Amino acid sequence: MRVGVITFPGTLDDVDAQRAVRYADGEAVPLWHGDHDLKGVDAVIVPGGFSYGDYLRCGAIARFAPVMQEVIEAANKGMPVLGICNGFQILAEAHLLPGALTRNHKLHFVCRDQWLKVENNSTAWTTRYDAGAEILIPLKSGEGGYQADEDTLKELEDNNRVVFRYVGENPNGSRNNIAGITNARGNVVGLMPHPEHAVDALTGPTDDGLGMFLSLLDTVVKA
Amino acid sequence: MIDTVKNAENTPDQEQPYKELGLKDDEYARIREILGRRPTDAELAMYSVMWSEHCSYKSSKVHLKYFGETTTDEMRSKMLAGIGENAGVVDIGDGWAVTFKVESHNHPSYVEPYQGAATGVGGIVRDILAMGARPLAVMDPLRFGKPDAEDTKRVLPGIVAGIGGYGNCLGLPNIGGEVVFDESYQGNPLVNALCVGAMRKEDLHLAHASGTGNKVILYGARTGLDGIGGVSVLASETFDDSAGKRKKLPSVQVGDPFTEKVLIECSLELFEKGLVVGIQDLGGAGLSCATSELASAGDGGMHVYLDRVPLRAKNMTPAEILSSESQERMCAVVEPGNVAAFMEVCEKWDVIATEIGEVTDGDRLVITYHDEVVVDVPPRTVAHEGPVYHRPVERPADQDELQANTPDSLPRPENLLELIKIMAASPNLASKKWVTQQYDRYVRGNTVLAQPSDGGMIRIDEETHRGVALSTDCNGRYTKLDPYEGAKLALAEAYRNVAATGATPVAVTNCLNFGSPEDPGVMWQFEQAVKGLADGCAELGIPVTGGNVSFYNQTGTTAILPTPVVGVLGVIDDVRRRIPTGIGAEAGETLLLLGETKPEFGGSEWAHHVHGHLGGLPPKADLQREKLLGQILVAGSRDGMVSAAHDLSEGGLAQALVETCLIGETGARVFLEGDLFTALFSESAGRVLVAVPRTEEQRFTDMCTARALPWRKVGVVDPESNALEIQGLGELSLDELREAWEGTLPALFD
Repeated sequence: MRVGVITFPGTLDDVDAQRAVRYADGEAVPLWHGDHDLKGVDAVIVPGGFSYGDYLRCGAIARFAPVMQEVIEAANKGMPVLGICNGFQILAEAHLLPGALTRNHKLHFVCRDQWLKVENNSTAWTTRYDAGAEILIPLKSGEGGYQADEDTLKELEDNNRVVFRYVGENPNGSRNNIAGITNARGNVVGLMPHPEHAVDALTGPTDDGLGMFLSLLDTVVKA
Repeated sequence: MIDTVKNAENTPDQEQPYKELGLKDDEYARIREILGRRPTDAELAMYSVMWSEHCSYKSSKVHLKYFGETTTDEMRSKMLAGIGENAGVVDIGDGWAVTFKVESHNHPSYVEPYQGAATGVGGIVRDILAMGARPLAVMDPLRFGKPDAEDTKRVLPGIVAGIGGYGNCLGLPNIGGEVVFDESYQGNPLVNALCVGAMRKEDLHLAHASGTGNKVILYGARTGLDGIGGVSVLASETFDDSAGKRKKLPSVQVGDPFTEKVLIECSLELFEKGLVVGIQDLGGAGLSCATSELASAGDGGMHVYLDRVPLRAKNMTPAEILSSESQERMCAVVEPGNVAAFMEVCEKWDVIATEIGEVTDGDRLVITYHDEVVVDVPPRTVAHEGPVYHRPVERPADQDELQANTPDSLPRPENLLELIKIMAASPNLASKKWVTQQYDRYVRGNTVLAQPSDGGMIRIDEETHRGVALSTDCNGRYTKLDPYEGAKLALAEAYRNVAATGATPVAVTNCLNFGSPEDPGVMWQFEQAVKGLADGCAELGIPVTGGNVSFYNQTGTTAILPTPVVGVLGVIDDVRRRIPTGIGAEAGETLLLLGETKPEFGGSEWAHHVHGHLGGLPPKADLQREKLLGQILVAGSRDGMVSAAHDLSEGGLAQALVETCLIGETGARVFLEGDLFTALFSESAGRVLVAVPRTEEQRFTDMCTARALPWRKVGVVDPESNALEIQGLGELSLDELREAWEGTLPALFD
């Protein structure tokens, strides 16, 4: 399994995403924001951070990077793509996923260990989880409040496209407690919390996040 | 008109605003003597910033020498670079070198909390980068005035947001620090920032400009008018009025963490490709500092073409360009053959890089501006041979009275159970989660321990599992009561915190925050604290590898509590053996208290919080005991005998119990002997609460007994109870304790 991990100027969690891929016995392939090809990878992770300083609006500049044009094209053809935190913001800006991420309702940056409920275990990235399972992984963001119009929310809810939901107190004001969503095809997933920071109980709160990368392994092997 | 050297020679009697720039008459006279003429505007700007207290250590130098005098060769054996470099460097094994340093950014953070604190983080991170290391983590020891004061509500949220805003965007985990409240910091909060980094031993880069013909390259952000404080007079004098009045930017610099992140990655690629001979960050005093330090540490001179510096403001004068403190800039010395490759790397990262000069074979630092010489000085006189003051030192007249006013007669409470809750909710002991959850502690995936653990711990090597632990500590009340003993106690606590994680302490850094050096009483505190810290380090056998002095921390004539913040670095061969702070990780644990408890309440949190009292003597530091305690803890971690450990400090055993239960989300039953008030609230040093698996209890206590470390069984962990029960007093549910401990800061600052 070869998984591309994109680095934009200002990307921070690329090393973590690469490590998570290795923990799932995959090969992490670094992709640079200026690249015009995906180097033959089986899947792509758009990691967290502050791409281009998050200036203008989170993810707004990154979506125009050359490598993102390749990602959009591949995603539309069914390649598994995961956007984490800033990566989720970028996928939303690129219209691979609907809605937008806005400033946390309490305005502060929040870093905490967050319980999530797995709502959809049929996406390319979530098959290793039991439906309804609760997992504990870090959330760390200042602009993680998921917002969408009523029609979009209805579309997401009716079609089981909410992948993860916050359990307990809503940490950032997300509509419907949404922590992560998928596209209609189930190959593109975006979430605010960081599964790549929970692949080893030594350095994370749990290893609950590893399931996402192992799920990808299954998806790629099956494909 | 630009003031050139030629012009200065022709106008020897021209009046110069040296006083407004902070130079004394004799200092100005010395500059004239060094140069054999009056300095140019640019030279005057350079000398004034480089000879400032902040850059020259002119009041502290004579005392700081004591650190060197007390460091033995044996203590130095693991030190690869020490005091005088950008940061100290220590050999930690497996081919790794670790560098760490803490610096103050107190005054800017009071004026403009967000940017002041943000650029404090940015500055210390560049110091670490300038050693050739990848910055790995940050920590922030903070001090504020009264928690409910209006001004604290202004500065605290801003400072915390600034540290988070900069550090989070930079991608460095924040793994610890302190938040302390005391009235003396009202109007003078302390923002100290620590950074730790690592490199392979052979990659150590020192700041020097050797090799005639080598090029000097300035890279990173453009140079603007921000951060120019001292040169305001010059700026207004030399500016042409016809263009209208220039809007002065605030003298607090403005940070751009995105630029710094890119600068870090770009620099690391430059180091990796071997393109850098010497490197220096641009911090306080900007280019003045970087060029004079690089030149004076090398073996030749330097020629800088100031007109090549990329600017972000129009019509900047040479003096302004030299003293601008614009952030996110670095200065490298590069062999001519490597310049093209250097530029290529910078281009990849979209970092502006400009060749601004070269190393010459002379011994002068010559700076030209459009072919006219504006600076021509011996660089050492700027960077290293500044004034040295022997300030008057005098023990304050009221020190005896302060020490005589002991806490012995303070009324003690009837209800000790209630006091446990009151103390847990006191601002200094309360959970700092409101602060720390605004910091990213996970980024890069190597954080093994972070707040609220006793020390932060990061993994350095993913293959060998080698890592380092860090803690910073200082109790300003102890230092006020006895600066010598107080500094030792700060060292003892940081040492103990590191040992409590299972790491072996190996090196020390410091940030010495004091009032005005012109006050003989403050200088006495300073001298005593330096002696205490140095003597303590000699006793523990670990060296001070660097540090920082911040004077003039006072409001009017009232100085802050003397606050020598001490940072201790420890090494652990295998981070998987780290000791957590919370109990309940293993089934069936026994609680042991290591060390001895005496009735020591001088400067205690109880006297401060309940009685507003400060007097008497602080607890006694016993560094031999700390050393033994550290060895026991490290052995316990190595052999898997200890399942949790928490150091006892402010608030005593009571607070340690509350925290270990809440962090571990597990209850405990505790049985104590003797005077329960002393047992619970004394702040005797040299004590650690440990949890040991019942199967290891005999082996562990036998080891303590064999090595003559006093220990006592004080309780058992009880996963079923969900409460902290203290025999003879009753029990407190973990829910009510959590509400007390975690409720205070949100109530104050939300």
